[in-house]
Amino acid sequence: MTDKKTAPPLAVRDLTVAYQKKPVLRNVNLEIPEGSLIGIVGPNGAGKSTFIKAVQGLIPVASGQVEIYGKPYRAQRKLVGYVPQRESVDWDFPTDALDVVLMGTYGRLGWFRRPGKQDREWALECLRKVGMADYATRQISQLSGGQQQRVFLARALAQEASLYFMDEPFAGVDAATEKAIIQLLNELKAQQKTVLVVHHDLQTVPEYFDWVVMLNRRVIENGPTHEVFTADNLQKTYGGRLQTPTSPHFAAISPRSTSASNNPTPTATGITLASSFSGTSCTTKQGDQP
Amino acid sequence: MNSFWIILTGSLVAASCGFLGCFLILRRMAMLGDAISHSVLPGIVLAFLLSESRDTLPMLIGATAIGLITVFIIQTLHASGVKSDAAIGVTFTALFSVGVVLVSMYTDKVDLDLDCVLYGEIAYVPWDTLTFAGMEIGPRAVWGIGSVFLLSLVTVWLFFKQFKICAFDPAMAAAVGIPVMLFHYILMGLVSLTTVASFESVGAILVVAMLVVPSATAYLLTDRLSVMLGVSMLIGVLCSVFGYWLATWLDTSIAGAMTVVAGGLFLLALLFSPKYGVVAKVISQRRLRREIKEI
Repeated sequence: MTDKKTAPPLAVRDLTVAYQKKPVLRNVNLEIPEGSLIGIVGPNGAGKSTFIKAVQGLIPVASGQVEIYGKPYRAQRKLVGYVPQRESVDWDFPTDALDVVLMGTYGRLGWFRRPGKQDREWALECLRKVGMADYATRQISQLSGGQQQRVFLARALAQEASLYFMDEPFAGVDAATEKAIIQLLNELKAQQKTVLVVHHDLQTVPEYFDWVVMLNRRVIENGPTHEVFTADNLQKTYGGRLQTPTSPHFAAISPRSTSASNNPTPTATGITLASSFSGTSCTTKQGDQP
Repeated sequence: MNSFWIILTGSLVAASCGFLGCFLILRRMAMLGDAISHSVLPGIVLAFLLSESRDTLPMLIGATAIGLITVFIIQTLHASGVKSDAAIGVTFTALFSVGVVLVSMYTDKVDLDLDCVLYGEIAYVPWDTLTFAGMEIGPRAVWGIGSVFLLSLVTVWLFFKQFKICAFDPAMAAAVGIPVMLFHYILMGLVSLTTVASFESVGAILVVAMLVVPSATAYLLTDRLSVMLGVSMLIGVLCSVFGYWLATWLDTSIAGAMTVVAGGLFLLALLFSPKYGVVAKVISQRRLRREIKEI
């Protein structure tokens, strides 16, 4: 635990990842401060999901080192919690919400131990934290998308990790769930935990995250939100696929122009992803990396 | 007594296939079971030729080795860009045809005929008995499939949480340090063993039915994995009992009748499952429509 104090939660050196020879991530170097909420932003196909999978050793890396609190991932597995994309699993699986959350305890149970009464109570407690205690015995296919996302978060909480990786936890959830999730993330931060979140909604970045990693195949910027989340860097990250408020089309094309005006944070607000609205869409052209 | 042995063999085959089949259909790998059941043929023939006997052990070893090789080839092809259904199709037909060639080449040496391999003959099970210390201890098939079934049950019981999380969310399983590939190969090894132990009784084709149909039926009837495992084993036993009864009544193939019963039970579950059945859905939709009208 002593080196946990000194070493950063995540340090990545010269990480390169390739799918069939084509590099998806090139020479990624970064260090993440402890006890912060970190947003990972970038266009589709920028390698955001690939990045959080690669640092957890879920996909082979071509080169580079990853250290979690100063040691390789293998040695620090129990300190890491993971929330994969909701679509990555089959929600028709015959099980209930509590059982999914219990899976968060499997890592520390080792090879042969089974989850006991205490683990069950802990899993229920985690469900309570995400406001889902009433749904514990509900078959998971009967839950709404937002509820499924909360179950996944509860499962990550059950892992009792210090560093969390979350792959688009806000994707396709309603406003109430989004609020509940961000509240939870802030609680984790208050407990000095570090959370990395792959995020798509640029509007909310300054509000939610105190640190951003701007990624597009390589690290464009990595630093405190108020310093690096600027219109200039966003242009660099999204490669001119963004419309800024200076554009005459802004009000018409922005899908969230109303919420932008309510947003009190000044940095780079009003910048909107316009790609899908302007001519050929970059999302369909590049596709998202698996 | 002979009926008892036949029904017992059928029950063991159907229950052990149904049990493992649950994991196959949940991982959407039912066709991998199909592939294994066919591609083990060359393994069986080679074991026959090498051991020059019909002993169960060399056959189990040979077939399991080929079964795992099949899975490995399919995985390698898939990883190098071949679509997974094409990879399965190419691999198992290639290996199966090697088996067919071997059987026809060594017909005089191998006491195996293709009909038996494809369709099995459970009716002869009671006469092929095992003797231990001078005592007759029952049909060889019962001991073969019985011990393989026991091995499956113990393995899955020991590693239930690993098998469950690997089936539900392999990425998460890998992230918490569970060796996903190891458990994949353990499952496939068990499927290979079960297939080989079953094929003499029900044949390579119907073994696929036993892998898929009882577990697919159980899937319609429950929302819990542990219950699904139990139900699919129970359905396996029902298939055997009613299949034997049907076959005696119609004077037809027992393995065929077992599969007909399995198909019938699946149809019943599809129609009348309390939660997912067609009838239940129609009724609840009617009720909803009436409620909307009343408002």
